[in-house]
Amino acid sequence: MSAAPQKAKAGAEKIDVTVSAVVKLNPLVTRFEFTRTDGKDFPPFSAGAHTVVEMNDDGRTRLNPYSLMSDPADTSTYAISVRRDDEGRGGSLFMHENVKVGDRMTLSYPVNLFPLDLRARKHVFLAGGIGITPFMAMIAHLERISAPWELHYACRSKDLGSYVDELTGKYPSKAHVYFDDQDQKIALEDLLDGQPLGTHVYVCGPKGMINWVHATAAAHGWPDENVHSEEFLAPQPGKPFEVRLCKSDITIQVGEDESLLEAIERCGVDAPFLCRGGACGQCETDVVEADGTFDHRDHWLDDDEHASGQKIMPCVSRFVGKTLVLDR
Amino acid sequence: MTIQFNKETFRDDYSFRNSDWAIKRFPFPFHEDSYMYSVNMEQHRGGPEGSVYEKRFDVDEHYVSEMQDRALVLADDPLRCQSLPHMTLAGWDTLELIMVSKSEDYPDLFELHRDGDRWRWINKPMGIDHTFTFMDETTLPCGPLEYITRQAQGDFAVLDQRNDMLYMDAGMVTTQADWSLDFDIGMDFFEWHAPVPLAHEMGIFKRALKFLLNIQQGAPARRLNWTMTVNPLLDTSPENYHKWGVQKTTLTPENIGAKQHLRVELQTFYRLPRSNALLFPIRCYLIAFQDIVSIPKWGRRLHRVVRDLPEELADYKGFIDNRPMMLDYLSQFDDGLPTSPGVWPDLDTEPPLTK
Repeated sequence: MSAAPQKAKAGAEKIDVTVSAVVKLNPLVTRFEFTRTDGKDFPPFSAGAHTVVEMNDDGRTRLNPYSLMSDPADTSTYAISVRRDDEGRGGSLFMHENVKVGDRMTLSYPVNLFPLDLRARKHVFLAGGIGITPFMAMIAHLERISAPWELHYACRSKDLGSYVDELTGKYPSKAHVYFDDQDQKIALEDLLDGQPLGTHVYVCGPKGMINWVHATAAAHGWPDENVHSEEFLAPQPGKPFEVRLCKSDITIQVGEDESLLEAIERCGVDAPFLCRGGACGQCETDVVEADGTFDHRDHWLDDDEHASGQKIMPCVSRFVGKTLVLDR
Repeated sequence: MTIQFNKETFRDDYSFRNSDWAIKRFPFPFHEDSYMYSVNMEQHRGGPEGSVYEKRFDVDEHYVSEMQDRALVLADDPLRCQSLPHMTLAGWDTLELIMVSKSEDYPDLFELHRDGDRWRWINKPMGIDHTFTFMDETTLPCGPLEYITRQAQGDFAVLDQRNDMLYMDAGMVTTQADWSLDFDIGMDFFEWHAPVPLAHEMGIFKRALKFLLNIQQGAPARRLNWTMTVNPLLDTSPENYHKWGVQKTTLTPENIGAKQHLRVELQTFYRLPRSNALLFPIRCYLIAFQDIVSIPKWGRRLHRVVRDLPEELADYKGFIDNRPMMLDYLSQFDDGLPTSPGVWPDLDTEPPLTK
């Protein structure tokens, strides 16, 4: 149309923040709290939303998504909990080792890919490990509106159970915790059996747990739309490869430890993104030409699209072969 | 600027008028001499000063009269405002967004004073000064969506987002181009667009849905849509078709310039922060043909667009029977000169009519 056409920016809107607290919960997980650097309130967010944290790691920009786990009604602060991943690409290690109270950072506006279904008669949360974080915000929200919920939370051990004491202390009849090292397991089949009609199940945790919940629920006749999951993928390292970006008219190299999206950004090409974890679909890119094999790792494209070789999600997927030309 | 609010009607004697100011700022929807569907989205982050794109929720000289017309429609038919039970939070989101935007964008007309959950809202044009508790419905005279949209021009569809789909689960719809909230309530995006011709085949709705699902908090978007209306009627609803449909037969070559109106919708899209729902305000602007042709560029262009529009679209937009009479009238204002690109009137640079 129309008025003053404005180019869409890559990523969500951003907020300058100051780290207001760093709380070590256990050897693996640390909570980071933020206030706005301009002193204003944060925008409200919906439970289940994440933010993309921008880290300046010695000149290299790292962008990692983390679930917002603070009370959505409290607009004075945002909080995330970060599990350190010693095998990962370094974002979580940077957070653990370098980020201190008073540091300035940049967060994206909240983006929700894991919302509550507000029609639900009851919400059942299944958390594995660090997957507890979005449920912290969801529980705070549901408590405020007095909606029924229950939580089943599996963690490795008492020592590594983030927020276990807080949850069982505040909600002894609703929060149920299972410790792997004590051979405690979520009795999923019984749990699904006993739920009233209109219950929605939400799972956040490792891939195996998510698949287990979906498969078990389906086998028990649960409709797909009543079972919700969120899994952020971290881009995995792989062999370096070369890509031609035909719109930008440049050829770039993707390094072993960077994602295709990161390499595109490093070369100064603006590419859209939101979640950087293969879930939101924003960075979907058309393949113009390919001679080689795709390593599709996203949750966005379906199997047919993966097989077609005509699309790639550069935030997590890679390529092995001779030639790759993208419409970017 | 201070707005002078018109005393006017959108029914019976149809005293609705656009001032010169309103004519020049009218959101003319055609950026070239022809029209075809497109998703035509852009960011909604302001626009030229004084234009309808400048503020988040445009307030103009028709505000008070439009709100009176809405109250009349609701008195006759309360089902024009509905909210399914899970949409109350989205209603509060809507109330917050509109109150915050209007008080920041029009501080001389609206004030919002917040002390925790105690909110005081002052709407000077409508004479409202109300203190209430945010998120406590018992402190409002009606639900939050109805409360605030009785004070905001345009229709509001509130779309729940679930399973990569949008659902028409709440709304306030009294100024619509022949669709019904009561009929569409609960439908998904493809269901409520089912009657639109051509666009499905063109894949427009699939792309539009993907775009809308990805609208992010803090990054609203907008587009224009348009149709034709005989007489300046806001409420062209299916419920009242028996009242207004017949008026399409009252056009004559003598009255067409005054009676035939171009109806433009400024559609905006906001991700609501607390509910993750999508707010879809649809603001209706009306302008008489005789006022459009007072802008030479718009007169030339409107003739060409109406003349060349595909049959299916003229039919869907409800003016195929009147198209010959429209063209007889509009052709008087098309001298065949080229038009400048873009939607703006360009009064200083476009030549006057040469016939």
